[in-house]
Amino acid sequence: MISIRNISKRYGTGSRSILAVDGVSLEVGAGEVLGFLGPNGAGKSTTMKMVTGFLTPTSGSAVVCGRDVVDDPVGVKSLIGYLPEGAPNYPDMTPAAFLDFIAQIRGFSGAEKRRRIEAVEERVHIGGVMRQPIETLSKGFKRRVGLAQAMLHEPPVLILDEPTDGLDPNQKHEVRNVIRELASRGDVNSGRAVVLSTHILEEVEAVCTRAVIIARGKVLVDGTPAQLRSMSKYHNAVTLTLIPPLTSAGEPLNLARELATIKWVADVEDQGVRHVPVSPAGPGGPRQTCTLVPKGGRPLLADVTSLAKSKGWTIETIAVEGGRLDDVFREMTTRDQGREAMKAGGAA
Amino acid sequence: MKGLLPVFRRELSGYFTTPVALVFIVIFLFLAGVFTFQLGGFFERGQADLVVFFNFHPWLYLFLIPAVSMRLWAEERKTGTIELLLTLPISLSAAVVGKFLAAWAFTGIALALTFPIWITTNYLGNPDNGVIFAGYLGSLLMAGAFLAIGSCISATTKSQVIAFIVSVVICLLFMLAGLKEVQSFVSGWLPPEALRVVGSFSFLSRFDAISKGVLDLRDMLFFGSIIVVFVAATGVVVNMKKAE
Repeated sequence: MISIRNISKRYGTGSRSILAVDGVSLEVGAGEVLGFLGPNGAGKSTTMKMVTGFLTPTSGSAVVCGRDVVDDPVGVKSLIGYLPEGAPNYPDMTPAAFLDFIAQIRGFSGAEKRRRIEAVEERVHIGGVMRQPIETLSKGFKRRVGLAQAMLHEPPVLILDEPTDGLDPNQKHEVRNVIRELASRGDVNSGRAVVLSTHILEEVEAVCTRAVIIARGKVLVDGTPAQLRSMSKYHNAVTLTLIPPLTSAGEPLNLARELATIKWVADVEDQGVRHVPVSPAGPGGPRQTCTLVPKGGRPLLADVTSLAKSKGWTIETIAVEGGRLDDVFREMTTRDQGREAMKAGGAA
Repeated sequence: MKGLLPVFRRELSGYFTTPVALVFIVIFLFLAGVFTFQLGGFFERGQADLVVFFNFHPWLYLFLIPAVSMRLWAEERKTGTIELLLTLPISLSAAVVGKFLAAWAFTGIALALTFPIWITTNYLGNPDNGVIFAGYLGSLLMAGAFLAIGSCISATTKSQVIAFIVSVVICLLFMLAGLKEVQSFVSGWLPPEALRVVGSFSFLSRFDAISKGVLDLRDMLFFGSIIVVFVAATGVVVNMKKAE
């Protein structure tokens, strides 16, 4: 539904120009919720602004449902629902007047207009504040008004720039529910394509079917959240808490070295030994918590449990990690920066 | 131009949902009255016409019109709503023209509310209502020209204060271009042809002619083309500056 081909955007001209987006290509299909990840200034917003027709690409093209945004900007805009960053709206207007304006511009009138506004009002739960000036509303309500504006015409393509930025956890949860619902409701055709940008990784886990990491204007990774997680060094890592046996001197034995001997363990991250008081949950005494990082993401659980059994260690808790997105994010985005820095250093 | 009407309606109702409309109209009517009756000596002149009333309009507009036009685009850029507006399925020209027309209609409403003075004049004497109509038409055209200039300047900046000050200065230049003092100031180093061109841009002399009842097509075309040129320039500037 969205097809971005080798799109670039350069701000300014001459030596002071900045290449904000550098040859990004992406395809987003119906039913997909694409999370656009990247550090601030990575080019997420600029890419979205080009797809929505706000900015003209320096080169490359963006095609939405078969229409090119440069050749037919009004056509593309009518197919897209867009929530710009920070959900800007007219503070003096009430949500009712604001949505009425949007509906008129989108070409609805009479009963159809009323029906659309009522439907969207119900979907984002703003019924109680429709007659209050938008400037008097809380951030969460303002964001919902922005979402309402974007989905009023049931667009096949939704583009949301940082939809949950600056909201409290409850509001974030609500907005995510709305987005999830939107993506799954294929009321018009087989479903819609949703693109949202964020720098909150849990959001990707929570709502996205696909994640793209972008930094310095380039796409670095493109895959499902699970694929992304599996790129983490913590993919299939085992974190366990043991009750270590005591040495002859009465000191707890450090098990990190023994755990490191397990086949396919690349690294043991020892979080140290701490003493727990006696509690109904278990006996008091020393506890040792370690994270075993596998080589090449191989599963370790069986080997760890059999080692513990053979040595007679008591495992108090044990968990296998799926991988850490923030770890992948940091690694991808900073590794690139390091390389760039080295290149720049070499050039100088 | 699809979308022009909703933009126009939203913008116009925007004046009335805030105190802007009330403050503007009250001050406009108050100053128009003060200028006409106190400074112009409307009664003392003992003539049934609105010459003194219209004479002060350029000076009223000089400060009041930039106050209306300053927010047209500067506010949209400042609050980021420009991104919302320009990603709606309307053309840029519909947005630019719709907003301009709303501001023009608003000043038109303020101007129309001066009707009691027209009634007063008709009550006290037998004025030439054709001349008065010409005066109103000229005043509306001049307001449109000021607004178009102000709209273009508003698009260049995010700051309404800057938009206001720069608009006042530029409108002042347009107004005074025909005055003897200005002409003699530049006559030293401008060839006479250029001097005539500068003089022909004078709002004051153009408006003076219309308000005396001389509906010269050239004067009306002048204001009309100023409006068209500056509204078109607004579109260019908005498109250039929207990303900043």
